[in-house]
Parts: sequence; structure tokens; C-alpha cells
Amino acid sequence: MTVHTKGSGTTWVGRSIRRLEDPSLVTGRGRFTADLPATHWVRFVRSSVAAGTIEKVSAPEGAGIVTARDLTKLKPIRPMLSKFNYVAVGQPILADGVVRFTGESIAAVYAPSKDKAEDIADQVEVEIAEGTPLIDSMDALADNAPLVHADTKHNVIVEGRIATPGFEDIWKTAHQVLRVEARSRRQNATPMEARAGHAAYDSATGRVTLTCTTQMPHLTRTAVCDILGIPESELRVVAPDVGGGFGQKMSLAPEYVLLVWLARKLSSSVAWTEDRRENLIASFHSRDQHVQLEGAFDAKGKLLALRGDIVANIGAYSCFPTTCGVEPLMALAELPGPYDVRAYDCRSRGVMTNTCPMAPYRGVSRPVITFVLERLMDKAAAAFGIEPTELRRRNLIDKFPYTSATGLVFDDGSYKETMEMAIKAIDLDAFRKRQKTARDAGRYLGIGIATFSERTGYGSPAFAARGMEITPGFETVYLTIDPSGFVEARIGSSPHGQGLRTSLAQIIADEIGIDPEFIKVVHGDTDRAPYGWGTFASRSLVLSGGASLLAAQKIRAKLLKMASHLLEAAPEDITLQSGSAHVIGTDRSVTIASMARAAYHQAHIFKGEIEPGLTETGTYDPSGTFSNACHVAIVEVDIETGRVEMEKFLVAEDAGLIINPMIADGQVHGGVAQGIGNALLEEIIYDETGNILTSTLADFLPPTTHEIPEIELHHIETLTGNSITKAKGLGEGGAIGAPAAVISAINDALSPFGVSIDEMPATPQRIRAALRNSGKLPNTLPSTGRLA
Amino acid sequence: MSDKTDITLTINGQSHAIRVESRRTLADAIREDCGQTGTHIGCEHGVCGACTVLVNGEPVRSCLMFAQQADGKQIRTVEGLADGDEMHPMQRAFMENHGLQCGFCTPGFLMLAVGVLEREPDISDHDLIDVLSSNLCRCTGYQNIIKAVRAAAVEMRQS
Repeated sequence: MTVHTKGSGTTWVGRSIRRLEDPSLVTGRGRFTADLPATHWVRFVRSSVAAGTIEKVSAPEGAGIVTARDLTKLKPIRPMLSKFNYVAVGQPILADGVVRFTGESIAAVYAPSKDKAEDIADQVEVEIAEGTPLIDSMDALADNAPLVHADTKHNVIVEGRIATPGFEDIWKTAHQVLRVEARSRRQNATPMEARAGHAAYDSATGRVTLTCTTQMPHLTRTAVCDILGIPESELRVVAPDVGGGFGQKMSLAPEYVLLVWLARKLSSSVAWTEDRRENLIASFHSRDQHVQLEGAFDAKGKLLALRGDIVANIGAYSCFPTTCGVEPLMALAELPGPYDVRAYDCRSRGVMTNTCPMAPYRGVSRPVITFVLERLMDKAAAAFGIEPTELRRRNLIDKFPYTSATGLVFDDGSYKETMEMAIKAIDLDAFRKRQKTARDAGRYLGIGIATFSERTGYGSPAFAARGMEITPGFETVYLTIDPSGFVEARIGSSPHGQGLRTSLAQIIADEIGIDPEFIKVVHGDTDRAPYGWGTFASRSLVLSGGASLLAAQKIRAKLLKMASHLLEAAPEDITLQSGSAHVIGTDRSVTIASMARAAYHQAHIFKGEIEPGLTETGTYDPSGTFSNACHVAIVEVDIETGRVEMEKFLVAEDAGLIINPMIADGQVHGGVAQGIGNALLEEIIYDETGNILTSTLADFLPPTTHEIPEIELHHIETLTGNSITKAKGLGEGGAIGAPAAVISAINDALSPFGVSIDEMPATPQRIRAALRNSGKLPNTLPSTGRLA
Repeated sequence: MSDKTDITLTINGQSHAIRVESRRTLADAIREDCGQTGTHIGCEHGVCGACTVLVNGEPVRSCLMFAQQADGKQIRTVEGLADGDEMHPMQRAFMENHGLQCGFCTPGFLMLAVGVLEREPDISDHDLIDVLSSNLCRCTGYQNIIKAVRAAAVEMRQS
């Protein structure tokens, strides 16, 4: 990697400069929420059963304890959708009479230390009359199923359908119909830092500062204040260094509301650090979906029509702010993926169960629907007797803008080009030869391809289409050059590992001619940052990047005007570079620092023609853009044990203009690793009573260096008109394509056995079960259940 | 649980005389009793390795060790890696190779890698990947962590 030195004369955008975030993080000087001292420590008493009625809660004499009885003035968490037959349900901050999932908070105890709080929590006795828990979404759909929320008519609380006109007529013309029924099991985003909150009451101002592990500081402020019924001016929310989020930290944690309430009640500081068991059982889950998909193809393998039915298990409550519609409705709108299909009929439902609530997790539904759709395409390729890549070649979109059957408008992309690039780089023909040789020797290699789109950087119109009462979208940046010449960009996004401070500094640097190291990007503090929506959905580089560019363009125009006054030259004859304004072709220049000083302290010299000060605002609210990629996995499956060895992973991706290649590659690496984990290992398992069997990281299995192979990356940069920086987002893509590619590779490896693994994760148990049931295992191998 | 014992933890050469219950983990003692919050706690089950520190030169998971077991021993944490303003080659390599994103697991990986390379400077690539599999990272997909540790290994062997 080349680290460019400052002032080399080329643009900062496009360079792999070192991250400005890193020095504090590699020296132990990062500041994470759990690092703060507090007067009181909170421990939540959580339900050990999945469904029931609370009969009694008793605490030791003198213990500090809070139950729902103390919180009667607090509103429940009740996010709203105005469409899709959404039924609003409320989540109390502490269970109010009824428990609806294992791990739900029933009481909060507080003590001067974490240890003491845990001791007291252990002594709190909770008596619950157990009900019948609903764990599987299919059980919750049954006519006579008990209700998770008694005030609803059924457990389906969000339902959407899209059906294009004349669907049946097109369906009837099909040469061949192929079908997939797929399951994606429940997963947990598992940031390495579990959640934590710290609320400190300031007796001088009456304000509370809530420091917490959120991806959305402003939304957290709004939500907590709405629930408590206090003005937003009484709460400051700070997201300090946050140890990953992947969506899990975007939804409101009820625990934070309790902390703010308690800090006000005690006029003190209170803190909670989630332990890993709490995180695994009671934070937020995702990906628990059941999808049935049928595709009608013409005689040449062209996809004519898609018919789908999606059931998402959304758990016991609806997450704030997206609502539980986020998974089923994303699946409904984006199921056709990057393929040209004009006829579409799909129903998607979100079903309540007595399980941990569902929330966004990197990719949101798209890892699942990409997996299902790519299974369909692979099956179609097999049915037509052609390479899976050839079938895709006949169906990928290639004319832009492309309006999908669901009304999405795809901007310029490189769906076919990235696939061709990937095929060439992996040398598909050579692999097929190697595969055959290996098979003859009793070894099972497989290759899997996934092509997909990643919708990124969408503004408020896209969210409004979902009928969200809270419609995220725009981002604002306040850009200031202070009298000393240093630059501060205050942003509404809230990065937590994405390196956005560095990437935005590069964008701003090119406009205003000041090196990135002098540009400080400030985020994660509602007292300092403009109201914004935080960091999620591959949005921040596009939206905060766009807003940064707009603000920087205004600063640039003002600097040129000031320089024009001072250097007595026309603005168009002046360049800004390396901290100075230069008159082109002369040795006349003035430093930006001195102009900044003048903007505040010598404003009179501009004779009233230039406003004093040097602060500008940029706001960006675009329609959105689509990144795209092709993922290729090569695996070897041990048919005796069901073990999958990842041999290689290759990505050919297009996220528009790359601002910092090093950071972009890192985002893809991380996403792919999560996708491989999702495909092979990670699964939250409930038993039939609703108890979670995977409550440690030794049971829920994030991958290690052993499971992640070398990831080879290739890039195409399609410059879109839908993003003013020309950058598209790419935070989620790695996780979207990898599960499909890996499971496709497993199925390719196992094609001699005629099995189809349509479930993720594709664990050794599932692979072995499929092989046993195939009846085609060689006789020398045990085909009974002994090795399962 | 209120029986407390006086112990001395020597962290990065500095003595901390503290009084801890026997159940106090080394991780909690380092962070809360000694105020060194660079060591992070990721699971408290000994699985993720975020809390890895060096005790008498050996990488250990400080969540699985009691503070009393470290009494009188030499403990090194991420705060002690740099020599004043001069960063350790491992810290530099992580920055140069983008071996970190959110930075939460980073102190554990740095201490693990430094501990192993000081003990076994010529460790093979294969064994290095094996050693690094003892810690979890959720951001980087390990690609650049491996690259960084290999780069630092070369530099540490030369110095």
C-alpha cells in the first residue's frame, strides 16, 4: 500500500491515506461507553421464560429496584407505519404484567458497583405463570395460534403485496417453472462491543447526558424524550467510540430510556454495560425468514415472472425507528434483485412470535433474498443444462436507468461487467477441469456465483414510500474554518468503524485546498452535530459525503472571493491548494489561515461585500443509487463430516468512485467475512420452550481467521449521476452476496448427489442430513445417523 | 463476597496497590481499579480475546484470570506498547495496513500478536494464522490484521 505524502499536487480523493481515527484506537486511548465511571450501576432482571404473566417480583430489603409500576408515566416504544396493513404494538420499557420473550427486562436494579448490582439482581425473585410460547413463525400463522399481543387480531402485524398487471397471462407462457423453498435461520449482528449506556444528570442545568453505543444519536434523543415526555433540550446524546454496530445499535434500546429516567430520578450518574449473554439473547436478532419462490422462464432461460411468499419472524416487538416492517418490506421491494423480470407477484408478511425482536442487520433481508433468488437461478441453470453464469448473462439488467417491476429505478451500474470480470479472474474453465479431476479422486469442490445490487445512499423519498412516520433521509454538514485556520466538519452521520472521518476529510480537502490532517470531522454528539440520521444502510459516504461537498463548495466560493479581494485577481484565476490561495501563473498567494483570521477579525477589509465568519451548511437528500457486485466462492465439502473448507473468495464490485481504496476494501472484507459466517456457522437456536441454546460466542459462532480465506477484490468505478460525489455506498454488499455465493458453491460441490441445500447457515449437520437422505453416498461411508 | 485482599498489580511498569474481592477478574481490576481502560471486555467467557494482555510475557485472557492470580506479576497492556511518542511496530503496522476498523478488538489483537512474536519471532505463516484465530474481529474479515501482523513480524525481527 502506498501512503501518499501531503501536498503532492494530485487530489486527495482516490488515495489510500491512513485513517485519522487510528492513533487513539491503537494506543488504548479510544473512549468507549463502558470506560466511563458512574455512581450507580444498573443490572436488568430478565425473563427466563418466553411467554407468561408476571405474578410477583420481590427484591431484597432495601434494594434499589425499578419495575413497570414505577414507569406508568412513560409511553411505550411504538414506531408507526401508515401502510402495509401495519398494526402498531407497544413495547414497555420494562415488562408490564406480560413477558413476551426470553431475556425481556422485568426489573432494573441499581447499586454502587456492577458486582453488587449483579448480586442483587440474582436475589430478585420473579414468579411468572408460563404461557404457551410461539417460537416458529409458521406456528404463529396458524388460525388457532395464541396471540403474542392480546390487543391484536392475529400475529401478522405487517403485510405487503406487489402484483404487476397481467401477471397470470405472462406466467401461463412459461416454458419451465422452477421452485425454491428456503429458510434463513436467526442470526445476531454481534458487534465486538456489546451495547452500553451511561446517563449523567447535571444538577446545574437539569440536563442529562446519555452516552451510549448508538448508530443514531439524534433519533435516540428524540425517542427517549418522547417516551419520557421531556423537551429535547434536556437531553444530550453522545455516541463516543462505538465498537461496531452492523444495524444492531441503530434500533432504540429500551435500556437507554430506563437509564435516563433513573439518572433524573436519582440526580446522579447511572450506567449499564450489556454482557455477551444479554447481547446474544436480548438485544436484537435478524434474518429469520422463510421464503417460497417460483420463477417462470422462457425456452431460452430468460426469466419472465417471479412469484414469491415471504414470512419474516419479527419477534415480540417492533423496533424503533424502522419498525419491524424493515425486513419483510425490504424483501418485498427488492426480491427481483438485478435481474430483468417484468412480471412479479409477491406477498410478504411480518409475524410476531415470543422471540427476541428483529432489527436491521447489515444487508437487511438482502442476504436472504439474494441467497434464495440465486438458488432459483442455479436451479434454472441446471434445468437448462448451462453454466450458472450463462443463465445470469441472459437475465442481468444492462440498460440504465432501469425501472424494476417493483418500481425501483436502478442508476448506471455494471452488473454484467462485474460478473465477466469475476469469471475471468477466477478462471472458471480451469476450475471446472480441476473440479472434475478432484471429483474423480473422491473430493468435492464447488464454485458459487452471486450477482446482486446494493441500494445505497437513499434520501427521504425512499423511506417515505414505505410509509414510515419517521422518514429518515437527508444529511446536513456544518463546515467551519476557525480563526486559526483549522477546519471542523460537524456531521449528522455517526460512524463507528467505517473510517468516515478520513473519507469526508479527503472530499473536503480537495475543495478547499487544505490537507485532511487539518480537517476534523465531528460526529456523535447531539450538542455539536446537526440533526441527522446516523450511520446505517450504506448511506453515510453518499449522504454526508454529498453534504460535505456542498458545504465545501460554498466555503471554496467564499475563499476565492476573499482571495480575489486580497490578491486583486479574478476568482477564476485563483486556485486553492496546500493551505493557500494562489494566482495562477504568478507567485502571488495568501494563506487560507490568514484569510480565515481576516474573516473573523478583519471583516471590515472586505468592505461589506463578504459576510463575516467562515461557516457554511450543506444538506443533501438524493433519490439514491445502486452499487453492484459479483461474488465468487470456491469451497471443498467433506462428504463424510459435512465440513466446508473455504478455498477462495473473490469479489468484483462497483461502488462508483472510490474515495479511499484502503477503507473501501476493508468494508468489503468485513462484509464478506460476516456473510461467510452467516452462510456456514452463525445461528441463534431456540428450543421449543423459547430458551436460547446459543448464548455464548462458543455456541453462536462468528468466524475466525481459520474460516475466512483470502478475499481477492476487483473494482469497476461507474460514475453515477445519482450521487454528487460519484461515490456509492458499499458497507453492506460484502454481507449481501457472500451467503448466496458460499451456499451456491456447496450445492455445486454436492451436485453429484442431487441434493439442494436451501437453508442457511449450511451447517455440517444440515449438509450431512441432505447427503444421507440422498441415498447416493458411497457405500464405504456411514449413511446412518451415527456421524450426524 | 466482601472479603478483600490487598494485592499489587504491576501494569506497564507501574505498581497499583489495590484491594479486591477474590472473585475480581484481572480484566475488571485493570479497567476499574487501575483505570487502564484500553483493555476491552468483549464476552467474559474467554472466547473473543478482546481482553488479551501479557502476564509475565504470556498472552492471557484477562477475563479468565482472577486479579489475585496476577499479584506481583508483570502485566503489559496496550497502553504500554508505545515508547513515549514512538509507536510499537505492531501499532504502526495496524495503522498502515488498515488492520482495524471500530478498534474495539484491536488492543487484544495487538497484545496477542506482540506476545507471540516476542516469544517466537520466526513463527511460520501457518502457525501465525492459527494463533490469530484465538481472537475475534467482526469488522475486518481478518485480511488486514494478518497482513499487519506479518509486516510487523518482519520489522520486529530486524530490530
